[in-house]
Amino acid sequence: MEKSALAKAKSVIAYAFRGFDPHLGFIFLGLAGISFVVFLSAGQGTPVAIVDQLRNLLIAFVIMWIVSQIPPKWLEMAAIWIYGIGIALLIAVAIFGLIKKGARRWINVGIVIQPSEIMKIAVPLMLAWYFQKREGIRSAFDYLVAGLLLALPVLLIARQPDLGTALLVLAAGLYVIILAGLPWRWIVPIVVTGGVAILLLIIFSGSICAPDVNWPLIREYQKNRVCTLLDPTSDPLGRGFHTIQAIIAVGSGGFFGKGWREGTQSHLEFIPEKHTDFVFAVFAEEFGFLGNLVLILLFFALIKRGLTISMGAPTLFTRLLGGAISLIFFTYAFVNIGMVTGLLPVVGVPLPLLSYGGTALVTLGFGAGILMSIHRHRRLVQS
Amino acid sequence: MPSLKKPDLYSYHERVRIAILFVSICFGLLIVRLFWLQVISHNKYATLAESNRIAIVPVPANRGLLIDRNGVVIGRNYSALTLEVDASQIKGNPDLLIDELAEIIHIGPRDRRNFKRALEDSRNMGTFPLRSMLTETEMARFLANRYRFPGVDVSARNFREYPYNELASHLIGYIGRVSAKDKEQMQNELEKTRGSEDPYALQRSFLPGIQYVGKIGIEQSYEKVLRGVPGYDEVEITAGGKPVRTLSSKPSVPGKNVILSIDIKLQALVEELYGKRRGAFVAIEPETGDILAFVSKPNFNPNDFVEGIDATTWKELNESKEKPLYNRPLKGIYPPASTYKPFMALAALELNKRSPEDAIADPGFFTFGNHTFRDDKIGGHGMVNMEKSIVESCDTYYYLLARDMGANMMHDFMKPLGFGQITGIDLDGEVRGVLPSTEWKKSAFKKPEQQKWFEGETISLGIGQGYNAFTILQLAHGLANVLNYGVVMKPHIAKAIEDPFTRQKELTTPKESYRIDLKPENVEIIKKAMVEVNRSGTSASSFRNAGFIAGGKTGTAQVFSLNSKIYNHATTPEFLRDHALYVAYAPNDKPKIAIALIVENSGFGAQHAAPIARKALDYYIEGKWPKEIPEWKRVP
Repeated sequence: MEKSALAKAKSVIAYAFRGFDPHLGFIFLGLAGISFVVFLSAGQGTPVAIVDQLRNLLIAFVIMWIVSQIPPKWLEMAAIWIYGIGIALLIAVAIFGLIKKGARRWINVGIVIQPSEIMKIAVPLMLAWYFQKREGIRSAFDYLVAGLLLALPVLLIARQPDLGTALLVLAAGLYVIILAGLPWRWIVPIVVTGGVAILLLIIFSGSICAPDVNWPLIREYQKNRVCTLLDPTSDPLGRGFHTIQAIIAVGSGGFFGKGWREGTQSHLEFIPEKHTDFVFAVFAEEFGFLGNLVLILLFFALIKRGLTISMGAPTLFTRLLGGAISLIFFTYAFVNIGMVTGLLPVVGVPLPLLSYGGTALVTLGFGAGILMSIHRHRRLVQS
Repeated sequence: MPSLKKPDLYSYHERVRIAILFVSICFGLLIVRLFWLQVISHNKYATLAESNRIAIVPVPANRGLLIDRNGVVIGRNYSALTLEVDASQIKGNPDLLIDELAEIIHIGPRDRRNFKRALEDSRNMGTFPLRSMLTETEMARFLANRYRFPGVDVSARNFREYPYNELASHLIGYIGRVSAKDKEQMQNELEKTRGSEDPYALQRSFLPGIQYVGKIGIEQSYEKVLRGVPGYDEVEITAGGKPVRTLSSKPSVPGKNVILSIDIKLQALVEELYGKRRGAFVAIEPETGDILAFVSKPNFNPNDFVEGIDATTWKELNESKEKPLYNRPLKGIYPPASTYKPFMALAALELNKRSPEDAIADPGFFTFGNHTFRDDKIGGHGMVNMEKSIVESCDTYYYLLARDMGANMMHDFMKPLGFGQITGIDLDGEVRGVLPSTEWKKSAFKKPEQQKWFEGETISLGIGQGYNAFTILQLAHGLANVLNYGVVMKPHIAKAIEDPFTRQKELTTPKESYRIDLKPENVEIIKKAMVEVNRSGTSASSFRNAGFIAGGKTGTAQVFSLNSKIYNHATTPEFLRDHALYVAYAPNDKPKIAIALIVENSGFGAQHAAPIARKALDYYIEGKWPKEIPEWKRVP
């Protein structure tokens, strides 16, 4: 009886985790472990308790597990609905959304949500679904349609205004379109144009960042963020303070770091948002260059594993979705670390798993769950 | 698998591989950036992080005491409960905070003004007193409400206090808050001494640690001795400036005490004797150059200046016709009038222009060219020799003497005695005055016709008038030099510097400055005549029944030219009335004290100045205190 009960339990567990990718699982556990350790330091002096972070991590894992159980086919069927609901909510936000800190980003649907978060997953879902539908009969026209499907939510989010999220959604969509096979002759000019624009921005930062110059389509605070990036020392106690202090924290960490909970910049309140967007500064100060190498390698492993899974995926939909989600992880990690180290402007992008914040963790868990599901169901469809 | 096309899959794999390359490049970029920040530029950022977190909190040094020659403390510090506000924690308008505090504790408009001025000067960094001398009840009331006022606290602070208020105000001076100019000066001073200690900490603690400096008087001239060296605490602070813990500290070194040569009781007596009259009084110990009393009347209360004087008091002091802020013995220049005669007589002896027996027949006037110089005794003094010329203060004798000597000879004799010269007293702002000579006139005037010396101008120099203009300090110093047989001691107010811990004293008294070749027998002749002045001469009535033998000489200085009219004290407006002067010393055989004084616009020297000297000498020589003056008490 006992034996059979044990065997039964074993088989239940085995069933629950069948197809559960151990690589992804361990990488996620490793990052969660780092997150927990860092939070014990970074969370000090913030109103957030460690149990809150543990709860969020747990929720992310539960969501990951649940989503990993859902066959990709269901997602494919739900894609157009999720996208549709997302767009509807964005329009609703534009009409009667809640305004906080000068931006109309939230809406009350029983609970207050931020629909632009949904689009981070909904856009790649939709585009992957579209390319799946047009598989084999694809023409240049399809890229135009995909472009429009992408442009609509990006513009809606950008005018909230929320440039950071808009850029992330744009990136997610572009990943799908490029992975789907957008001809190189179209990609290259876009990349070159973008590169030249950024170069010009850096060269002419002095004149265009003058206080009385208004930029078309761009809000004052966004202009300030870009200008602060171009020259953080221009306003060391104001807008540049965050960037400068974060760089000091990172640089003062040195090769081995100052030691866990020994970061002076972090613990003496020089780091803004030290448990959320700037958590990397705390990590870098306390664990040094060595710790950063480990962290970046873990992220690289996560992305690499995700892309590998996508390469083994059975359908175009799952391939594109898996590839895009992996690259979204990359975008988060790269933009966040780039922002903390002063390479990129300060945009509100969390560091996956390390930053405190429920919504971001849910999105991450969802994405990781999809990757797991794709991995798990790779043979089911094929056979 | 109809949907799976080979070329599609191939193209996808290719693109993923490119994506992995892209990800690798981007992450590589991050690693390069991190390597740059954390390995290559690590030292720079480590230093920045350190200076971020460490604040140097200055610990002010206790200022040295000012003590008179008999151990009476006349400048000291007291500790008082003070309501202090941490400027970095003031949110919004400081006036609102003060209004709220004023509901609990009385805060006067002056407190408010001083606080806000300190706040502005500091650019809102540091802790500043808002109200001092809190009573126990006020403190209790505040403590009960403290939770409402973050950054406001009660602590004991040191304040400077001059316990005798107006007494000796001009010589003591006062301290005040450091001004931008003071800061600049200290900065230069600091740059010179750098290297003696950790310059980083010194730089950051020294200047902020000094909140008050001596502005005038001894407080100013002995600033560096009195000040001490501020210490500091190295404190770890948060970005908001909140202290977390003390990392290290260096205690402050208290300033040294300055022991003055002043006898504060003598000073107090003389100030009382002046009452509401204006004037200057200087007493010197001839043998040492010690200044025993240095009176300037009227005076002011130095305590008013320490925390910044309020506008009304300042206006009153500054605009008063009586000029209470004016240091008269140091800066006021007056003609010495007849008090100059003993010096003239000595010159005549030393330069062989007169023997003591040489006598003139005085008709009561002296005509030179077409100008008649009057003697104030109508009809003259009859036959006058040197002693009689001093005892009766005969002008004609000195008109003739001046004519015989000439301006330059007088100048050359008087110069080493210190007339019209900087004495080098340890107070800032000493005025030189005028010891006239033909050379002086050339440099003093611009127009050629004014630069010429007229012989007629020589005559009145003999009776201490004309261009002669000296300070009372110079007059006392000159007398002391004569009494000291030509050994010139630099006059000084600070006698010794005392270590506050070991009580070890270090004398500041200089050695003699130089010697004038004076024949002792000539000096004795002058002294004998001056003794006779007090016995049978112009000031005999003031020295009746003195228990010691004192020498003296009266003087009455004209404030404006009478143009040959007879002076009438009663009908002359107050500020144009004559100044009463007097010089004196005692005891005759070995003078312990030499005095020069002036009572402005009071009239005859014998009548108004000599009695002050008599009472001062009674006290200083015999310890006798006049009955009409209330007994002087030490402030505990």
